Amino acid sequence: MRNQGFASLSRAMFLGFVRDRSALVFSILLPVLFLVFFGSIYKNSTVGKINVIEVGKVALIDQAQAHGASAILKVTRTDSLSKALSDVRTGSQDVAVIQHGDTLIVRYSVADQTKDSIVNSVLSAIVQDANQAATGQAPRYTIAASQVEDKSLKGIQYVTPGLLGWALASGAAFGAAITLVSWRQNKLLRRLRLAPVSTGSVVAARIWISVAVGLIQMAVFLAIATLPYFGLKLSAAWWMGVPLVVCGILAFMSIGLLIGAFAKTQQAATSIANLIILPMAFLGGAFVPLDFAPAWVREASYVMPLRYLVTGLQNVMARGEGPASALPAIGILLGFTLVVSGIAVRVFRWDDI
Amino acid sequence: MPSIISVRELRKSYGDVVAADGVSFDVEAGEFFGILGPNGAGKTTTLEIIEGLRQPDGGVVTVFGQPAWPRNPGLLPRIGVQLQASSFFERLTAREQIRTFAALYRVPASRADAMLDVVGLTDSAGTRTEKLSGGQAQRLSIACALVHDPELLFLDEPTGALDPQARRNLWDLLRQISSSGRTVVLTTHHMDEAESLCDRVAIMDHGRILKAGPPAALVREIDQPLRISVQSGLISADQAGALAAAGSDQTGHDGGRQVTDDGVSLTIATRDPAAVLAGLADRDALTGLRVQGATLEDVFLSLTGREYRA
Repeated sequence: MRNQGFASLSRAMFLGFVRDRSALVFSILLPVLFLVFFGSIYKNSTVGKINVIEVGKVALIDQAQAHGASAILKVTRTDSLSKALSDVRTGSQDVAVIQHGDTLIVRYSVADQTKDSIVNSVLSAIVQDANQAATGQAPRYTIAASQVEDKSLKGIQYVTPGLLGWALASGAAFGAAITLVSWRQNKLLRRLRLAPVSTGSVVAARIWISVAVGLIQMAVFLAIATLPYFGLKLSAAWWMGVPLVVCGILAFMSIGLLIGAFAKTQQAATSIANLIILPMAFLGGAFVPLDFAPAWVREASYVMPLRYLVTGLQNVMARGEGPASALPAIGILLGFTLVVSGIAVRVFRWDDI
Repeated sequence: MPSIISVRELRKSYGDVVAADGVSFDVEAGEFFGILGPNGAGKTTTLEIIEGLRQPDGGVVTVFGQPAWPRNPGLLPRIGVQLQASSFFERLTAREQIRTFAALYRVPASRADAMLDVVGLTDSAGTRTEKLSGGQAQRLSIACALVHDPELLFLDEPTGALDPQARRNLWDLLRQISSSGRTVVLTTHHMDEAESLCDRVAIMDHGRILKAGPPAALVREIDQPLRISVQSGLISADQAGALAAAGSDQTGHDGGRQVTDDGVSLTIATRDPAAVLAGLADRDALTGLRVQGATLEDVFLSLTGREYRA
């Protein structure tokens, strides 16, 4: 009977959540719509595939294609240099290549710097391979490496963990912040303090409901993304995503509690949470894969807790890394939770006065 | 028998604002006690300190003989608190709401349902609390405070924004609760409410108790003349003046003698109602008779002054 308070509070909070249409829309429906939208865009194409236009015959590229580069290069051929250059200029081709003797001439646009760096590194790799082949020695490292990369480049593999991370983060942060503010506003917090129920039971019930909602979000996401239409292939250690999700929820709940401690009204809490979560979604790799992001974004991402949730999920669910690969992310998320919830407890107020 | 609540020299300020400035009173078992005062008088702060929600700056507050601060979990099952009509879990029905509170006090759901019936909400049990009327929400809030059958009940401005019907309805409920032997402490700024419900009131302003006692005794103490009014035109102003004067002569008073006629009612203020009423009866001038004594409001205004305060 000790847990009667916990059980009844959990039930009350859960009913409050499932009956709140806007909470359902923002924590489940909207992220799922994003998933369907981005998933459809990326379902066949691979984000990393490079469109190469050969001007005349380019033996180096043709050889590379024959040895497996076709996984990352999409090659077309023209005899007109001016057509090739205008295609690159308009963006319908990423790069034009011409071979003069032993020199590979590469013409590209600087419009997409991310793509440029990929193009440059791929083409240099091809030239290096060719150089090595010219020495007559068997290559020690083969282009098989790029096949692994191709798998991870598949759109849906990036989109699912990223959007899931964002959905979990905003669900947990908003849920905690708005509950805290509205309960303080309507004095329910004070009312609970006058009931023989421990603060621990109230907090535990809130955590349990946030975790349950997060696991439902995860189940819905994976169920949709693994549909043949979208084609997410979960790798072996995907189950490690469950503890990651739990730790991510704790981390973002602690952010929500901190917001809730400061905000006086629900509107304020919503705005502050948006100000924190949205930029984090862009800078933490939830919307834009970090592999394709500018260098400064990649550097900034290290201070975003969302980065660890998203990359952790990518590692175990999509990249096929072992279960242990999630441990650093779990550790960082738990450490973040401890620090932020520690601050939130210190600034916590039962009342507005 | 010791008091249920004992407050001695209670002090509390928030920065420069003094909310309680040496408040002392006792509440006895079974009493319906009212703390009466304008907004900002310090009523709610005093109540919150008694409930154990706030730490006083000074003074001693005991409830059931035990200190109210720090929050004493042993006291909580013995007290019921009604805060505001909106202190509910979001999007739950009335029944789910009270059952949730019942579970917090380890009270079976059947008792929660019975409590809904007591406050007349059985028909609205399936309605979400956001959709209840003000009076219904207030009754549910009181039911939630009573679900564990506490010995002591706190009510903070229970009839705040209710229409007259809902107020009367709630008063009946509160009388019923009080008559079952519970001790009830109520804060209000409605004088009629305190006068109608409370066995004893404490009038509070600027953090101090100005006066405490049974409402009727407080009213008698200010010794205001009665106001007797009848329909205008039944007797002349001179006759009325003579009646009022006769009354005053008999009792030896001369103050408070006053006749006014606003064209609708003729009003005689007197301390000898028997003589005036007899005189009016002799002249067959009792149509529309009203006799008004002083009210708690007069007591309050005589204590706090009449200046307007927002």
